[in-house]
Amino acid sequence: MTSKAREIIIKNLFALLAFISVLLLGLIVLFLFREGLPIFKQISMAQFLFGSAWYPTYDPPEYGIWSLIVGSVIVTVLSCLIAVPFGLLSAIYISEIAPAGIKEILKSVIELLAGLPSVVLGFFGMVILAPWMQETFDLPTGLNIVNASLMLAVMAIPTISSISEDALYAVSRDFKEASYALGATKYETIVKVVIPAALSGISTAVILGMSRAIGETMVVLMVAGGSAAIPRGIFDSVRPMPASIAAEMGEAAFGSGHYHALFATGIVLFIITLAFNLIADHISNRFKEEGSGTL
Amino acid sequence: MIVRARNVDFYYGAFRALTDVTLDFEKRRVTALIGPSGCGKSTLLRLLNRMNDLIDGTRVEGEILFEGRNIYAPEVDPVEIRQRIGMVFQKPNPFPKSIFDNITFAPKLSGIRDRGEIETLVEGSLRQAVLWDEVKDILGKSAMNLSGGQQQRLCIARALAMKPDVLLMDEPTSALDPISTAKIEELIDSLKKRYTIIIVTHNMQQAARVSEYTGFFYLGKLIEFNATEKIFTNPAMKQTEDYITGRFG
Ligand SMILES: Nc1ncnc2c1ncn2[C@@H]1O[C@H](COP(=O)(O)OP(=O)(O)O)[C@@H](O)[C@H]1O
Ligand SMILES: [Mg+2]
Repeated sequence: MTSKAREIIIKNLFALLAFISVLLLGLIVLFLFREGLPIFKQISMAQFLFGSAWYPTYDPPEYGIWSLIVGSVIVTVLSCLIAVPFGLLSAIYISEIAPAGIKEILKSVIELLAGLPSVVLGFFGMVILAPWMQETFDLPTGLNIVNASLMLAVMAIPTISSISEDALYAVSRDFKEASYALGATKYETIVKVVIPAALSGISTAVILGMSRAIGETMVVLMVAGGSAAIPRGIFDSVRPMPASIAAEMGEAAFGSGHYHALFATGIVLFIITLAFNLIADHISNRFKEEGSGTL
Repeated sequence: MIVRARNVDFYYGAFRALTDVTLDFEKRRVTALIGPSGCGKSTLLRLLNRMNDLIDGTRVEGEILFEGRNIYAPEVDPVEIRQRIGMVFQKPNPFPKSIFDNITFAPKLSGIRDRGEIETLVEGSLRQAVLWDEVKDILGKSAMNLSGGQQQRLCIARALAMKPDVLLMDEPTSALDPISTAKIEELIDSLKKRYTIIIVTHNMQQAARVSEYTGFFYLGKLIEFNATEKIFTNPAMKQTEDYITGRFG
């Protein structure tokens, strides 16, 4: 076989593999919509999204997922409030400050965190954090928003930290030298030059961290408490969308309203994560094109 | 004499990049450092404002005196030295910020907040760097949109805004076209009335055109130091003559 022919075969093989993966993804999305959209024959989209009663097994059933959306949003936002400072500061420390030895150790620790199975985190939240919180703060249950947010934060920190670290690391040495030569200290250089130059990568990191948190299922299933009601405080239980889908899909009768409603919840989740990823993509592209833009 | 190097040895790890360098830089004069690539010109220049501190595993022996004080003495703060001794790099390196913010970087670090004072400083520095007319209407635009030559003049203006006494330039025109190079050379000529300038250059015509004094380096040693005219017309050392006549390097 000539090398030319081999090149052509290899090229087509890769194209075929890429095509198959895209096709599979497309089919899954198609399936998601096919199974989810029929719920809108029973109720309107507004009723579905903003209805606050989720009683899918009652007669007549109610399929309002507003409290599930609120649950998802609140644990995601709270977990990011925790994960962003930790992830970002650790990235800055690792890429700019830490001596070589500590740097390697910290990087491995964060990789280890990233590798923790979410069920292990959920288990930790359930048997250690929950009883402790319940006792310390005298709560009806330790399975609540705070617990879920903390565990989600632990999941999001490695994402935020490692992507931010790459972005900080990629900041050209020239900028740092220019800053030092202008009489800036190390701290001033980090704050005024390195972070602004890495801002697009850092934003991407934060958004991907959020999208990881909002899509996470096992942790919220285990530690968010599972109450499908609008929470009134951060120690209330919630039922985020993925938890609801995972918990109920097994018992929903195939083709029933409940079944379609759960798929429609999946559509909502899919659209939210897709939006996050598009935003992340857009930010990193925009900064790239402008040669990092004006900060 | 504003800056003097006294018996300076410099090591990158175990590698000795400079050997027993002693020379004086005169105030408000342009001194050129020439020599083949790798002979230690940049190393010496970066020693003068302690930029080599940023490289791990380096070591200095001997003294570098700035206004009579050894800048490597333990009590000296390198930040203060760098504020007094500005630097322009080989590759123009403006920050990815607006032109205005590039110039105000150092003044803001030293605590200047007054709007009027800052604006005066921006205009003054850009005028000194002969860039004002080209950028006065686009001060808010990103410095990355300027041409290479404009970026380099911006970097000079940015260093001048710090009101330094000495300006170090490491092959400031090697990445530029001939027209931009000519502009920078003119600029150096106008700046020497107020600043002590030390310039590393690869280009011997440039050294001859802009400098009053020239030092020739070879393999980490200062081979010859003298008035530029003397170096180029009647060098004392055979190696200097070989280099400037293009027999090696
Ligand atoms: N960061 C560094 N680490 C190790 N060696 C270096 C470093 N920078 C320069 N050198 C070495 O020191 C010598 C002098 O380099 P340099 O001062 O950059 O030369 P020049 O500017 O005259 O071309 C060269 O042999 C170079 O390889
Ligand atoms: Mg050099």
